Amino acid sequence: MAPPAQSQRSPSPSQPSGKGEVSDLKSQLRQLAGSRAPGIDDSKRELFKKVISYMTVGIDVSSLFGEMVMCSATSDIVLKKMCYLYVGNYAKVNPDLALLTINFLQRDCKDEDPMIRGLALRSLCSLRVANLVEYLVGPLGSGLKDNNNYVRTVAVMGVLKLYHISASTCVDADFPAMLKHSMLNDSDAQVVANCLSALQEIWSSEASSSEEASREREALLSKPVVYYFLNRIKEFSEWAQCLVLELVGKYVPLETSEIFDIMNLLEDRLQHANGAVVLATIKVFLQLTLSMTDVHQQVYERIKAPLLTLVSSGSPEQSYAVLSHLHLLVMRAPYIFSSDYKHFYCQYNEPSYVKKLKLEMLTAVANESNTYEIVTELCEYAANVDIPIARESIRAVGKIALQQYDVNAIVDRLLQFLEMEKDYVTAEALVLVKDLLRKYPQWSQDCIAVVGNISSKNVQEPKAKAALIWMLGEYSQDMHDAPYILESLIDNWEEEHSAEVRLHLLTAVMKCFFKRPPETQKALGAALAAGLADFHQDVHDRALFYYRLLQYNVSVAQRVVDPPKQAVSVFADTQSSEIKDRIFDEFNSLSVVYQKPSYMFTDKEHRGPFEFSDELGNLSIGAESTDTVVPAQRVEANDKDLLLSVSEKEESGGPSNNGSAYSAPSYDGSSVSAAASSQMLSELAISTVTGHASQSSLAIDDLLGLGLPVAPAPAPSPPLLKLNSKAVLDPGTFQQKWRQLPISSSQEYSVSPRGVAALTAPQTLLRHMQGHSIHCIASGGQSPNYKFFFFAQKAEESSTFLVECIINTSSAKAQIKIKADDQSASEAFSTLFQSALSEFGLP
Amino acid sequence: MISQFFVLSQRGDNIVFRDYRGEVQKGSAEIFFRKVKFWKEDGQEEAPPVFNLDGVNYFHVKVVGLFFVATTRVNVSPSLVLELLQRIARVIKDYLGILNEDSLRKNFVLVYELLDEVIDFGYVQTTSTEMLKSYVFNEPIVIDAARLQSLGPASIFMQGGKRMPGTAVTKSVVATEPGGRTREEIFVDIIEKISITFSSSGYILTSEIDGTIQMKSYLTGNPEIRVALNDDLGIGKDGRPTYDYRSSSGSGAVILDDCNFHESVHLDSFDTDKTLSLVPPDGEFTVMNYRMTQEFTPPFRINTLIEEAGALKAEVIIKVRAEFSSSITANTIMVLMPLPKYTSRASFELEPGAVGQTMDFKEANKRLEWGLKKIVGGSEHTLRAKLTFSQESHGNITKESGPVSMTFTIPMYNASRLQVKYLQIAKKSGTYNPYRWVRYVTQANSYVARI
Repeated sequence: MAPPAQSQRSPSPSQPSGKGEVSDLKSQLRQLAGSRAPGIDDSKRELFKKVISYMTVGIDVSSLFGEMVMCSATSDIVLKKMCYLYVGNYAKVNPDLALLTINFLQRDCKDEDPMIRGLALRSLCSLRVANLVEYLVGPLGSGLKDNNNYVRTVAVMGVLKLYHISASTCVDADFPAMLKHSMLNDSDAQVVANCLSALQEIWSSEASSSEEASREREALLSKPVVYYFLNRIKEFSEWAQCLVLELVGKYVPLETSEIFDIMNLLEDRLQHANGAVVLATIKVFLQLTLSMTDVHQQVYERIKAPLLTLVSSGSPEQSYAVLSHLHLLVMRAPYIFSSDYKHFYCQYNEPSYVKKLKLEMLTAVANESNTYEIVTELCEYAANVDIPIARESIRAVGKIALQQYDVNAIVDRLLQFLEMEKDYVTAEALVLVKDLLRKYPQWSQDCIAVVGNISSKNVQEPKAKAALIWMLGEYSQDMHDAPYILESLIDNWEEEHSAEVRLHLLTAVMKCFFKRPPETQKALGAALAAGLADFHQDVHDRALFYYRLLQYNVSVAQRVVDPPKQAVSVFADTQSSEIKDRIFDEFNSLSVVYQKPSYMFTDKEHRGPFEFSDELGNLSIGAESTDTVVPAQRVEANDKDLLLSVSEKEESGGPSNNGSAYSAPSYDGSSVSAAASSQMLSELAISTVTGHASQSSLAIDDLLGLGLPVAPAPAPSPPLLKLNSKAVLDPGTFQQKWRQLPISSSQEYSVSPRGVAALTAPQTLLRHMQGHSIHCIASGGQSPNYKFFFFAQKAEESSTFLVECIINTSSAKAQIKIKADDQSASEAFSTLFQSALSEFGLP
Repeated sequence: MISQFFVLSQRGDNIVFRDYRGEVQKGSAEIFFRKVKFWKEDGQEEAPPVFNLDGVNYFHVKVVGLFFVATTRVNVSPSLVLELLQRIARVIKDYLGILNEDSLRKNFVLVYELLDEVIDFGYVQTTSTEMLKSYVFNEPIVIDAARLQSLGPASIFMQGGKRMPGTAVTKSVVATEPGGRTREEIFVDIIEKISITFSSSGYILTSEIDGTIQMKSYLTGNPEIRVALNDDLGIGKDGRPTYDYRSSSGSGAVILDDCNFHESVHLDSFDTDKTLSLVPPDGEFTVMNYRMTQEFTPPFRINTLIEEAGALKAEVIIKVRAEFSSSITANTIMVLMPLPKYTSRASFELEPGAVGQTMDFKEANKRLEWGLKKIVGGSEHTLRAKLTFSQESHGNITKESGPVSMTFTIPMYNASRLQVKYLQIAKKSGTYNPYRWVRYVTQANSYVARI
């Protein structure tokens, strides 16, 4: 079915298309404008409706502007509303005519009826005409102070609209300060929520140019503000709750007890029927517990059931959004979900975008105990009518085979696929058998026996053909017909359209030649000749290269083309762990659905009101130090010396561990006391967490001092130095200073076993140090080697300290280099840094 | 925050279009429609509910064949926007009584009025039908509900596949009855969707019930309501593995895996007497969603037999047995079975005396379709199909066909045995006795038997 052409030319009889109707309307409106006849409002309503319906379908009715305004002198609220809608739509393109409406809108802003006042104010602010802003300031000012909450909610959004039309007018009228006052004092929750939305937008956009706005923006994340919102959370609508929860998710608590207080307070939000509220709550829980491995894991256990319920209730669209988030969590910590695998089975009527996510989840959670059932289920899908899903299922079986030690049974299944005699099944299975052999060469006998039976004529897909040819070359010793099959493939060189296949053919015939020279010589000659004549540059070059190699020395050629191979231990992950962490940090946003961090699909100014961190060339600083991992790569490109190479990071996901950073630390003995106390804490938290009792009446202040055992810190000497907790430094300055300043202190400390246990990822330490006003500018590395660059500033003056910190978790040593603007203070800072580091890992 | 909201008809016409922030180009509706209509990406043929095109994020939900769409350039929470779209559809339905293209077109001014109050400058203000009442002045033009009835009583449950249907009530929350007074009544619907997979030997591989309790209140003055559920209701697995069929007996307690509740529900006495108390807001809303993997008796058993009859022929026998009480009747049953790709013809044979049944072989997707108007509890129905193949089957017929799937609706039946024991309405006076309707319905979500 072709898409309908322009909707303006829609065939529907109810939708007119010509200009005639518009001029008809014009004259009818004129007639009605001056009339005071009874029932006139009804006739006007009909006409207005027509105008609006034309507007909706895209017909330009802006020429009626004058008549519409003339007709708007009425007390009928329905008419007024239609008129406002019309005016809002066309004012921007008719700025001169818009002036006509100012009068009646301003008058309505003073109406007795709060509804009229609100409506008029909203329309006034929606005109989006820059030269009319002077008329907005007065009505907005009185709107913010109106005694009716509806008018106030409208006025708050009005301020934001004004800001977008003319930022300077808005700021000069001191509206942000008024909003801040309302936010903290208004009795109406929606007014408060709107103030928060508006201020987030305004201060985020002002922050780049104004110090003060930047401070104000950070003050939104301060403890008093966050607690103020948390204590009122039940008053807000479900949508405003999402807004508040998003704010709380950015808050970095100073003490562990706060974390449990907040989680207890928000616990019942996980039972909300609105998925958006639940996901926003989950984000808070995940972010708060990032540095507490045990509790973080318990959070996963806790949120499992609510997520699964949301996935299976609601519309398919809603459940898809939740499933995408569940997918992210499953990929991060598959072992936590390994007993829930049946929830990830596909249903025949699900859309393929859902099935695809589920297949990936099934692949990830497969372990020794459930593999048999998962693979059996996946094999059912291989015969699916939905061919793309059937292919994905076969690939999933292959991936599971590559993850497992015991591949015995799976190999049999894969070989059965080859016998199913469905082209696409055979094609996918061949590719998998090839990968499997690269990892488990010991299976070659079984596989070769089956692969040998496949006629190369039945394999058409380039990838599959290439895989088959690779096996022919690699195992030509064991496959009796190998030289002859290759020869017949070379005979059809001309018909082979895929360059990939031809490249593989060249290599395979070379390998075959080394093993069985007499039988292959003729085929090799033919292949090289065909390759040299090939129009494809790569094929030609490879043929020429092989030819020259052979000419030079056959044994050298063999060493180059067919060296003894080591089995591949781990296939590289397609997505780097930095990217994954970044997506995780953007939980409950589109990043999760697209499986891309926001910088890959969104302009900078649209990354959301909470993306506070990106002003300085994408390098996040200060409050956002969890984000540093990705930018670290970028900095690295500029200054190789500055950062650890991150290339080893791809080594994650070995067969035994599931690649998660969240496995519980296996330390015992030496750290018993710390482990025990954190255990106590988390049990306490969870016992309150699992109860279904409503805790609606509990406010945070009542919860403070609930009696959670606070592990005694090893009493660090009181810092002689006060640091600025909101220090800012851009990466360029950091690098420059690092190069210029001499090292003022270089030491090696021991890291406590607790600290080592807690250092599962760079982020955990970043958050901890931030609590001590020491900020991370870049970090990298993976267990056991981590490298960090920190900076800190004195509270009273802009004197900066720079730190390079290399931690080796296996030797439990930290090497610290400190550089300082003020050399005399570096000793004090060094003590402070050391005491901060020594507290890391304490619950 | 969202930038635009619009509703498109199946043909792509704008029914309503509201631009809140002016950040996305005006032609977005057409761009969206073209993209969705001709979706081809990653080998998938169906557009996901969220996608990004040139920096604009498009969200859509399908309701009664209409597209409810929102656009934004900001990296927002996808579940918030999708939830909002669904909620907007529900609010509109509350006002119009019936939500479809016709009622939307007739009432688009009212819909604009609603949209102005629901969202301001891209930020959600309220989706409460009750709060909106004071801001909305247009009277809904109620369309003729009778015309919809011709689709059959179960048609409301068929909208949009998996989507949880609304109640059968098609009355606007603001329209008054003829005679000027509203009838005091409240509807509670317990709707359950069954997902089940039988292995080829009839053993249950997986099963799940996804249920929802929906309420629609027309009570004046919003009295408090108490909904009592089964005494033996339990929630949470208490350490049991998720799929443990042995530990739960057929007649024991009703154990839900998990559930969630509407904001207005108070659970103060839920642990002791399994009672939900709430002050129902106006309009339709979900009181509770629940999920259960406990063992239950599936309403239907499906038996499929394939017999080869020579190289180019085979016979398929499908038996469907209703395992519920004979006082209950399932309706609009459809049994589907994919056949081998090389099937060229199929002829059918029903048991003698069968009425209200349709059989079809869909040439295009090689599928057998067997429709039954109703099945009375305890009865069994059989279909025999003779297949003719265009090529030899190589004895692979079972691998190339199936699985058999089924859709149905069973009114006044629920597989979970979750019950509303009573519905108590706080009395205003001795004579106040509103109508209370408690209805149960069970549908198939994914009801599959492998062969």
